[in-house]
Amino acid sequence: MPILNKPIVFAKENFGDGFEKGLKMKPIDIVLAVRESGLKGRGGAGFPTGTKWMLAATAIAEKKFVVCNADEGEPGTFKDRVLLTEFTEQVLQGIILCGYAIRAQVGYIYLRGEYEYMVSQINNAIQKLKNENKLGKNILGKGFDFEIELRLGSGAYVCGEESALIESLEGNRGEPRNRPPYPVNTGFMGYPTVVNNVETLATIPAILNLGSDWYRNIGTDKSRGSKLISVSGDVEFPGVYEIPFGTKIKDMLELVGAKDTKAIQIGGASGTCISAKELNRNLSFEDLPTGGSIIVFNNSRNMLKILKNFMEFFVEESCGQCTPCRIGNKKLLDGVNMIEKGECSVAYLKELLSLGETMRITSKCGLGQSSPNPFISILTTFGDEILATY
Amino acid sequence: MTDGNYVSRTPVSQQPLKIEQSSPHDIGGLVEIEINSKKFKVPFGITILEACKLFDIHVPTLCHHEDLCIAGVCRICSVEVEGMRTLQASCSFPITQSIKIHTSSEKVRKSRRHILDLLLSEHYGECYSCVRNNNCELQKLAKEYGVDFYRFGHVKEPYYDIDKSSYSIVRDMNKCILCRRCVRTCIDLQEVGVLEALNRGYDTKITTFLDKPISEVICINCGQCINRCPTGALRTNDPSDIIWEAIDNPKKHVVIQTAPSPRAAIGEEFGLPAGNSLTRELNTALKMIGFDRVFDTNFTADLTIMEEGTELLNRLKAAIVDKDESVKLPQFTSCSPGWVKYCEHFYPDFLSHLSTAKSPQQMFGAVIKTFYAQEENIDPADIVTVALMPCSAKKFECNRPEMVDSGFKDVDFGLTTRELAQMIKEAGINLPDLPKSNFDEPFGEASGAGLIFGATGGVMEAALRSVYEIVTGRTVPFDNLVISPCRGMEGVREASIKLENVKDEWKFLEGVELKFMIAHGTANAKKVMEKLKKGELKDVHFVEIMGCPGGCLGGGGQPIPTSPEIRQKRAEAIYKEEAELPIRKSHENPHVVYLYSKFLTEGPCGHLSHKLLHTTYTKRGNYIA
Repeated sequence: MPILNKPIVFAKENFGDGFEKGLKMKPIDIVLAVRESGLKGRGGAGFPTGTKWMLAATAIAEKKFVVCNADEGEPGTFKDRVLLTEFTEQVLQGIILCGYAIRAQVGYIYLRGEYEYMVSQINNAIQKLKNENKLGKNILGKGFDFEIELRLGSGAYVCGEESALIESLEGNRGEPRNRPPYPVNTGFMGYPTVVNNVETLATIPAILNLGSDWYRNIGTDKSRGSKLISVSGDVEFPGVYEIPFGTKIKDMLELVGAKDTKAIQIGGASGTCISAKELNRNLSFEDLPTGGSIIVFNNSRNMLKILKNFMEFFVEESCGQCTPCRIGNKKLLDGVNMIEKGECSVAYLKELLSLGETMRITSKCGLGQSSPNPFISILTTFGDEILATY
Repeated sequence: MTDGNYVSRTPVSQQPLKIEQSSPHDIGGLVEIEINSKKFKVPFGITILEACKLFDIHVPTLCHHEDLCIAGVCRICSVEVEGMRTLQASCSFPITQSIKIHTSSEKVRKSRRHILDLLLSEHYGECYSCVRNNNCELQKLAKEYGVDFYRFGHVKEPYYDIDKSSYSIVRDMNKCILCRRCVRTCIDLQEVGVLEALNRGYDTKITTFLDKPISEVICINCGQCINRCPTGALRTNDPSDIIWEAIDNPKKHVVIQTAPSPRAAIGEEFGLPAGNSLTRELNTALKMIGFDRVFDTNFTADLTIMEEGTELLNRLKAAIVDKDESVKLPQFTSCSPGWVKYCEHFYPDFLSHLSTAKSPQQMFGAVIKTFYAQEENIDPADIVTVALMPCSAKKFECNRPEMVDSGFKDVDFGLTTRELAQMIKEAGINLPDLPKSNFDEPFGEASGAGLIFGATGGVMEAALRSVYEIVTGRTVPFDNLVISPCRGMEGVREASIKLENVKDEWKFLEGVELKFMIAHGTANAKKVMEKLKKGELKDVHFVEIMGCPGGCLGGGGQPIPTSPEIRQKRAEAIYKEEAELPIRKSHENPHVVYLYSKFLTEGPCGHLSHKLLHTTYTKRGNYIA
C-alpha cells in the first residue's frame, strides 16, 4: 500500500470560521492578507491573486464583479469537480469574501456545461447561505450586499480563458478579447472583474482562518501553498491529490502507484510532457507549472498517438479567431499525420517546430500560446523514438 | 458604450481608450517610447500601430481597418515589446507606459512570415482569376514578404460553393482569410448584422443566419463589407458581360446614366489620388465604349427634388391646414436603396414616413422608357438602360418587382464604379487622358443641386434650395447657396431654417421653423429611428438618410480602399465641381421644366408622376428577404 496523502489545506477543520473572520476585517485587509499569503492563481497561469484583487479593489467603478471560473475543461483535470461537490460552501465563501474585498455586488459561477448535474447542489448551497444571512442583503449585519448567480457554459474549451469566459457570460460568442485592457480593469459589461479559479477562491477562507503565515510556510519560495492534482493514466490509484508545491515527480509517481512509467504529461493537453528520466523535477511554478493535472503513460504507450489526440483536441477547440491558432494547430496535426505515414521530412518537422514557437508568441490568448506545447515537448523528448518507429 | 439609450454592439474591450481632456486643445498626457531604438513622444493611450503611423513606420496589417473597431485577429501586425514574453498585436496594444518596441526584429519577421504562410495555405484561388488582382491586401503582403513558395502547402480544391444568389453581393468564402472586417462592418459600422462567424477552430467560417444564401437573409445590399474585404472573398454581382452583349447588338439602343459619386471616384481606379472628378472625360469614354446615349443622373436628381419637395409641402399642408393626423412627419428621403431596405427590415411600421418618390436611378429608367422612347421614336423594348452607380444596392433596387412602371424593367442593369472602370480598361482606354465632352440631349446638363446628392447632406441641401425658394420667392439665406449645416461628415446632423415673408399660396407656412436632420450609415439611421420610435422627432419635418457612411460617395460599388480621408476628398471634389456649375437649383433646370410642360403636365406629384416616379414599400421585417 502506498502512503496515501493527507489533506494540507482542504481539510474541513482548516476553514473553521474563516468566513466570519474575513467579514470582520476591513476589505483592504483581506486583500493584503491574500497578498501576504503568496497565493497564486490555480487555473494554471499563476497570476498573484492578491495583486489581482488589489487592482480590482483600487479601481473606481460603479459596479464590480467576481467570476468563479468553474469551466474546468483541460483534459485530465477534475479537481474543481471534487471541490465543487465536497467543498461547495467554501467555494461560495471565497466568492463572497472576494466580493467583499473588492466591493463587488454580484458574483457569477461559470460552470462547465458538463457539470450540469451539480446545479441543484450549488443552488441549494447558495440558498443555505442566504438563509443564514451569509449571502444577500446586509450580510451578517455588515451592510454588505452580495448575490451569487450560476451560469452554465456550453462546452467550449476556450471559455475557460477568462476574457472568452466573460464574452460568453455576456451572451456573445466565446472568444478571447484583446489584452490589455485586462478584466480587472475592463471586464464583465466593461466593469472591473476578478476572474478566479475554483481552487483559488476555495482557499481564501482557510487563509483567513489560519493566517497568511500558515499558508506561506507551505510550498516553495516562489510557489506558496498546496496544489490539488488530478491524476489519471497508467497508475494504480487515480484520483485527486493534494500536495505541497515543490513535490518531486518521483514522490508523486510513488504516491499514485505508477509503474513502468515512460512519460508524464503535466498540466493537461496544453502542458508539457516529460520523460520518466526527469524524476527529480518538481511541481511548482518555477519548474513544472500545472493547472492541476498529471497524466501518466507507461511503456506500452505510443507517444505519437498521444500527440495526435492532443492536436486533434486543439484543432477542434481553438476559437478560430486568430490565424496562428486556427491554422497553426491544423498544420501541426497534419504534420503528425505525415509522420505517421512516414512522409514528413526532417526539414519540414523543423519548420513545424519553428511554427510552434511562432504560435507560442503570436497567438491572441493562452490557448494558442500553449497548444504547441505537447507538439514541441513530445517531439523534442521522444523525437528519436518516434522517428525510429515511423 | 452608451449614447443616451443607444447601446453599441462593439465589445467594450474593442472600443478606443477614452482619455479625459481638460481642454479641447489638450491632447492628454504624452508618453515617451522607443520604436526601433529611436525615441518618440506619443499621446497616452494610442495603440502601437497608431504611434507607428504618426512617425511613418510601416507595420503590415490585415484585419485592421480605420472605419472599424479593433479585432486583433490576424496577428500580422505583431511587434516585439521589450520585457514581454509574447509579441503584441500593434493594432490593439494601447501605450500606457514607456515601452520599447521593435517592429522588424528577427522574431517579428519570422512570425509574420509564418502567419502569412498559414493564411496563404488556406486561401484558395489564383490571383489572375480574381476581381481583386492588383488590389488585394494579401497579395500585396505576399509580395512585401517575398513569398516565393507555399511553406505550409496550398489548398488545391475549393471547399465552399460560391454564393451568387444575390443581385448585389457575391460571396466566395474560399478566398476568405477570416479577418472579420465584413463581420465588424455589418454588425458595428452598419448595425445590420447578417454576417457572423460560425463553427469553431479550423472549421470557422463567416456566414449568414442558418448558413442561408445571402439573398435569403436581411442583408440590405449596402456592400460596405465588399469595400472593406482585404481579398476577393466579397464582390459585387457583375453584369458587364451582358452589357457588352447589349452594346455589341446593333438592334439594342443602350443608354447609360451616370451618378455623381462614381464620377468623383473613378479616377482612383486609374491611379489618380482621391478627389479628382472625371465627369466629362467619362462621357467621352462611354461613347467610345459604345453606349448610344450618356445621360446625367442629376437630371432625375433634380426631378426627385421636385417630386419629393412637393410631397413634403403637401404633407406639411395636410398636417397644418387640414389637420390631417394620418399624415406622417417627418418625411424621410428614399433615394438610398440600402436605407430603404434597412427601413423595410428593421422599422417596417414606419414605412409611411418614407417619401414615395423613387430614387433618381429608377425615375430615370421610367422616364427613358416612356418619355425618351416617345420623343426619339424608339421602341422601349429595344432600349437597354444601364445605371452607373456607386452602389451595390442599386442592383437589387432595379430588380425589385415593383420597378416596372414603364411597362418594362425600368432600369436593366446597375453597374458599379469598379465594374465600369474594368470595362473601360478592357476597351483599352486610359480615362484620365481623354478629352472632355458633354451629356446628351434631351436631358443635357443638370443642376448642381442634383450633383451634390453624392455627398451626405446633399439631398437636404438641394431640397432646401428649392423648397425655400418656392415658398418664399427668395434664395436660401446662405452665402453662395452653400447651406453649411448640411455639409460635413458628422454621423447625425440637425438644423433648421425659418420660413418668413412667404408667398400668398404658402401662407400656412409663415413663421414655420423648418427642422431637418441628416444621417449617413445605417448605424446612424438607427439612432434617428430609435428617436422617432420614442416620439422625439415630432417637431422635425424632413430627414435625409443615406445607407452608407459618407453618403453615396462611400457606396459599396466605389473604388477600394475606403477611409474617412478618402471619402472626405471625394466630397470635396463633388462640392468643387458643383460650385462651378451655371445652374445650381433643381427647379431651374430647363430640362426638368420642359419635362413638366410636355410630359408630366399635371406637375410634380400629379397623376402620371405618381404612376411613373413614385413607388411603394414592403413591410419585410425579419422574415421576408
